[in-house]
Amino acid sequence: MTDLAHIRNFSIVAHIDHGKSTLADRLIQETGTVAGRDMKEQLLDAMDIERERGITIKANTVRIDYTADNGEKYVLNLIDTPGHVDFAYEVSRSMRAVEGSLLVVDSTQGVEAQTLANVYQAIDANHEIVPILNKIDLPASEPERVKEQIEDVIGIDASGAILVSAKTGVGIHETLEAIVHHLPAPKGDRDAPLKAMLVDSWYDSYLGVIVLVRIMDGVLRKGDRVKMMSNGTIHHVDRIGVFRPAMADIGELGPGEIGFLTASIKQVRDTRVGDTITHERKGADKALPGFKPSIPVVFCGLFPVDANDFEDLRDSIEKLALNDASFSYEMETSAALGFGFRCGFLGLLHLEVVRDRLEREFDIDLITTAPSVVYHVYMRDGTMRELHNPADMPDMTHVDHLEEPRIKATILVPDEYLGDVLKLCQDRRGIQEDLTYAGSRAMVVYDLPLNEVVFDFYDRLKSVTKGYASFDYQLTGYREDNLVKMSILVNDEPVDALSMMVHRDRAEMRGRAMVEKLKDLIPRHMFKIPIQAAIGGKVIARETLSALRKDVTAKCYGGDATRKRKLLDKQKAGKKKMRQFGKVEIPQEAFISALKMDS
Amino acid sequence: MAEDWRNGGFGLYVHWPFCEAKCPYCDFNSHVSRSIDQGHWRTAYLSELDRVATETPDRVLNSIFFGGGTPSLMDPATTAAVIDAAAKHWRIANDIEITLEANPGSVEATRFAGYRDAGVNRISMGIQALNDTDLRRLGRIHTLAEARAAFDTARSLFDRVSFDLIYARQDQSLADWERELTEALNMAVDHLSLYQLTIEPGTAFGDRFDRGGLRGLPDEDLGAAMYDLTQEICEAAGMPRYEVSNHAREGAQSRHNLIYWRYGDYAGIGPGAHGRMTVGGQRFATEAHRMPQAWLDAVSKGTGESARDRLSGIDQAEEYLLMGLRISEGIDRDRYAALASTAIPEAAVQELVELGMIRTRGSRISVTYQGFNLLNRVIARLAGA
Ligand SMILES: Nc1nc2c(ncn2[C@@H]2O[C@H](COP(=O)(O)OP(=O)(O)O)[C@@H](O)[C@H]2O)c(=O)[nH]1
Ligand SMILES: C[S@@+](CC[C@H](N)C(=O)[O-])C[C@H]1O[C@@H](n2cnc3c(N)ncnc32)[C@H](O)[C@@H]1O
Ligand code: SF4
Ligand SMILES: [Mg+2]
Repeated sequence: MTDLAHIRNFSIVAHIDHGKSTLADRLIQETGTVAGRDMKEQLLDAMDIERERGITIKANTVRIDYTADNGEKYVLNLIDTPGHVDFAYEVSRSMRAVEGSLLVVDSTQGVEAQTLANVYQAIDANHEIVPILNKIDLPASEPERVKEQIEDVIGIDASGAILVSAKTGVGIHETLEAIVHHLPAPKGDRDAPLKAMLVDSWYDSYLGVIVLVRIMDGVLRKGDRVKMMSNGTIHHVDRIGVFRPAMADIGELGPGEIGFLTASIKQVRDTRVGDTITHERKGADKALPGFKPSIPVVFCGLFPVDANDFEDLRDSIEKLALNDASFSYEMETSAALGFGFRCGFLGLLHLEVVRDRLEREFDIDLITTAPSVVYHVYMRDGTMRELHNPADMPDMTHVDHLEEPRIKATILVPDEYLGDVLKLCQDRRGIQEDLTYAGSRAMVVYDLPLNEVVFDFYDRLKSVTKGYASFDYQLTGYREDNLVKMSILVNDEPVDALSMMVHRDRAEMRGRAMVEKLKDLIPRHMFKIPIQAAIGGKVIARETLSALRKDVTAKCYGGDATRKRKLLDKQKAGKKKMRQFGKVEIPQEAFISALKMDS
Repeated sequence: MAEDWRNGGFGLYVHWPFCEAKCPYCDFNSHVSRSIDQGHWRTAYLSELDRVATETPDRVLNSIFFGGGTPSLMDPATTAAVIDAAAKHWRIANDIEITLEANPGSVEATRFAGYRDAGVNRISMGIQALNDTDLRRLGRIHTLAEARAAFDTARSLFDRVSFDLIYARQDQSLADWERELTEALNMAVDHLSLYQLTIEPGTAFGDRFDRGGLRGLPDEDLGAAMYDLTQEICEAAGMPRYEVSNHAREGAQSRHNLIYWRYGDYAGIGPGAHGRMTVGGQRFATEAHRMPQAWLDAVSKGTGESARDRLSGIDQAEEYLLMGLRISEGIDRDRYAALASTAIPEAAVQELVELGMIRTRGSRISVTYQGFNLLNRVIARLAGA
């Protein structure tokens, strides 16, 4: 156990790609925490998917022993947080477990939208903040300009900012010294009853659930019987330890320390992030102020491409959910797609990550239906229903009005693309709240319906700004609007999986775009096929796919029978990838592309 | 079920793999070779004939077809030897049809009498186009004048002479085709094969097409219109379609090709030849080595066959369906069900009847005028694909 004065707990906040992971690697390396031969890139990004996408999803932590220039030995605990907006909530709870932050800004780029979003969270958590200007090895580095920007835009003193190249190692030693001298030591009372904050938890197939804790008061020892204060469940602590970054057992954890415990817990769901852990006997009587649980904001249907994979999908989803308490699911049946699951996610990235993992780790081909947000449907009888799936929209005659979730979006963009960004936000029913400049970059703040963002807002933003804009958002609340359910009919049959909620004023445009797209995506049949978009009984857009006129093989003799039969067998196999809507077959790819609407 | 082939009859296909020149549209197993040792080939054919005949004793042979390549480059003595051997091995139907595919060059025409003496009683001639410009564009080495002369020679020697035309060519208008078809019907005896040009992958045309060349081919609508017009004109001339691309006066249909379409049995010999043979109550698909030299070598070691696959009931039912729906008489659902051990799905039948693609009469299903244009789709729907 380390005395409080020699502990420093911190996190690193940064916009994506500004060098957070690289800096963490350097800190670990410089202090000899990991032997040179075990060093690999991005040590803290554990899951493959994180490594590939370069994002961190779960909070990761590492304990670093550091002997400072003053000769004293310190324990530095770094919690690496996810950088992406979908996981803002996980960031906020990790922040509460530490006292300070390194604010990493790429000195060739300057402050970006996620820099802002994350640094505000650090400020909210009362952190001391040490600005780090990274990538100073690059010729385009402009540390002075970026310092000014940090002061202007964020409003913190940047005079003591450290110039770093996480790549070459310049400034790493200075960073370690700054952690020791500029960040505060934690507070806590060793003799008080145990109060440990549950920072995060995840499932390990060998050890069961691993719980990451920050000790506020008291001491936690192996063999202790502990109580989760939210629900009173009792657990026997099998193991405690710290991450270096590999798991290393230790005897006890005292105030200010960060480490893990295992206690034969089966499911991540049995642990509540933000909960307070205390001893069964002589426990604390007041819990730490709790966190509110993270709630899914984006929903979509996940269906197996091959209906026979449904049971596999169920197993896989259950397994995934073991380790991801923020992901919700329930069974769904679609006339078009068969059996599947309606799943809830923290955001679009979270959705993509889960879908990728299902496809990759569990090897299941999936159809993803159009993402939808949660609408509040106020009924004539005064009740309110949450609508997760447009297909469940009640009959309009019983509905009084609808409310949709809104977000506050912050976009930083070079001047030259500002016009395009404003147009995009305006087209998406945005209301401008602020427009300021930080150097040659504009910072726009928009109030936008979340619904308009879940479609393809990121993609559009990226394409109109050639990738130069950065974007972040937070949910603000619900507001009434003129929202309707748009159905798509193919050959007069409604295709439930394609129905969507849209704003009345945008319905025609969306409908037209959708039917035009479907006309290109659906192959021609032996008969002509009307494709319609409708609101209630009223058709708002229509296209007709003409009938195929000719498909016949001119020559077929004795030598062709085998080939033709094999072709037929191939077609039969291909048919599995078709979905039947009445008499019409729609290939899966068509379905997937249709849902990737842009308009 | 073992006796299914009896519904279609039994024929012998003999593949001759050589041509004088390779046509740019052709994906048949045909090769150009300077020296062909006719004696060597004769021996090989006879050896293969022995082999397959031993496996299929007690059959009545309904037809022999010499196809290619260009069988009219075959030495008539070789043709005669094969026909004689077949007659020794099997019982021969009284009305046996013996066809030889001929190219209309002047060299070939000099051999026609020899083929007749060998026992050939039907000629199928690849004329392809009735004007020199299009013959050239199709890469043919004969002229229209040569074709007419060869055709006249054939007519003077054989009662049954058919010829092939390829239409839906580059820059061919509907009116052009109407004129040419009318002329063809004036020449025709009692049988005509009219194929829309198909761009086959791996051919010279296929490559040109993939590179964006070969412009002026008809689009889908014009192709459909040409096909419909072909049916009208031929029907009016008393030569209705009895198969997708084949027309004949009543009774003049190609009996050999009907064996394929009625899904009978056929022995196939020669490079790349396919067969369907029922042996010991099981039906097999056979295939021979494609390259001429490889086939000769294999034959000298005992068999030219490169593959022999047993066909399951479902395989046979599918083949029956896809071959049988090509002919206007269509298929018998009971025969299908006996092979597949399951009926053609009624829902598919009903849907296609409602769309006007097929009609049913008793246990038979046949394709309608409209349905022929979309035959591949009709077959796929009935086969569950
Ligand atoms: N030239 C240079 N590249 C750096 C430096 N730090 C990080 N990078 C590169 O910047 C990219 C993003 O770094 P990473 O640590 O993954 O950023 P993160 O998304 O904030 O974790 C990677 O290609 C790094 O190699 C630096 O100091 N100099
Ligand atoms: C075995 S082939 C050739 C017979 C003979 N060697 C000849 O060319 O006259 C039989 C017929 O198929 C037709 N044919 C071959 N390739 C074709 C293609 N790509 N498209 C349409 N018809 C084709 C031609 O009409 C040809 O006469
Ligand atoms: S079309 Fe006939 S002549 Fe031309 S290459 Fe093919 S088989 Fe030989
Ligand atoms: Mg990273």
